[in-house]
Amino acid sequence: MSILHTVNKSPFERNSLESCLKFATDDAAVLLFEDGIYAALAGTNVQSDIADALGKLRIYVLGPDLKARGFSEERVIEGISVVDYAGFVDLAAEHDKVQAWL
Amino acid sequence: MADTIDVEGKQLAVDEEGYLADLNDWVPEVATVMSKQDNLELTPEHWDIINFLREYYEEYQIAPAVRVLTKAVGKKLGKEKGNSKYLYSLFPYGPAKQACRFAGLPKPTGCV
Amino acid sequence: MSEIVKKFMYLNRKAPYGTIYAWEALEVVLIGAAFDQDVCVMFMDDGVYQLTKGQDPKGIGMKNFSPTFRTLGDYEVKRIFVDRASLEARGLTQDDLVEIAFEDFETEEEIDNIVEVVDSERVSELMNDSDVVFSF
Repeated sequence: MSILHTVNKSPFERNSLESCLKFATDDAAVLLFEDGIYAALAGTNVQSDIADALGKLRIYVLGPDLKARGFSEERVIEGISVVDYAGFVDLAAEHDKVQAWL
Repeated sequence: MADTIDVEGKQLAVDEEGYLADLNDWVPEVATVMSKQDNLELTPEHWDIINFLREYYEEYQIAPAVRVLTKAVGKKLGKEKGNSKYLYSLFPYGPAKQACRFAGLPKPTGCV
Repeated sequence: MSEIVKKFMYLNRKAPYGTIYAWEALEVVLIGAAFDQDVCVMFMDDGVYQLTKGQDPKGIGMKNFSPTFRTLGDYEVKRIFVDRASLEARGLTQDDLVEIAFEDFETEEEIDNIVEVVDSERVSELMNDSDVVFSF
């Protein structure tokens, strides 16, 4: 059973991302959106957590939420894929279920 | 106050205080129609302020409070115009409230 | 009319768009400016994200209130501070932040950018100095 995990909270404000990365297994995907996108940016204090996770998981970030907050795709950590809303829908459809880390 | 105003044959939605519901509906004729409702004739001096408000909104995404408006008008249109007496002489219901309404902007932040 | 001028600090700790706090705080600052108090605005933790350049929330269907920060100088807010440690933890520098100009029409005093990045000790000092802290 493959799971799409979604994280929409800032990693600096809540432990949603931390818990997500702790429990997500190797075949899972993680989508960062809304305030969750801040975890996808290079140079932050949580970059190493993301880098570790990229070794076993696929990680995606929602483009419109990046753009809204003033960040271009160049600021995103290498290995994370930027998707649009249609890509979000595709991810949800490709996985057996969606687990939202609120 | 009606919930729409008739501008060039189109019915445009307004809120309960007469402010245009959708900023994008604005055409200069909106100001003319609204001023007639207020028994006011628009002069070039009125238009200076209306256009100024629209530019201010375009740049900063808010309608300025009266004191900010007077300061900013003084800077842009000359010191003799940057006082509330002058602005009230043009817009007796209040420069921010009435002029913003003519300009199709929402009610200024901080106005009751 | 009260002649007592109090020192107000507006403390912003929330990211924009994800919640309504940032926009609400900005509205309160703009309204509060009418009361002629000594106002400073502090950004720390995720609040520093409110000031990032180039915000464009059209794609998520929200109002872009980033340009509105640039009016704070018009509203006689002369002091805007950003906590350095919060910026660094997020991989950001002052170059990532908008510039806010200040101009006093009476004294003709002009400042190109009133956004100042400060150390934690200075944040504490400013907080202790304030009569009232409004927290968002």
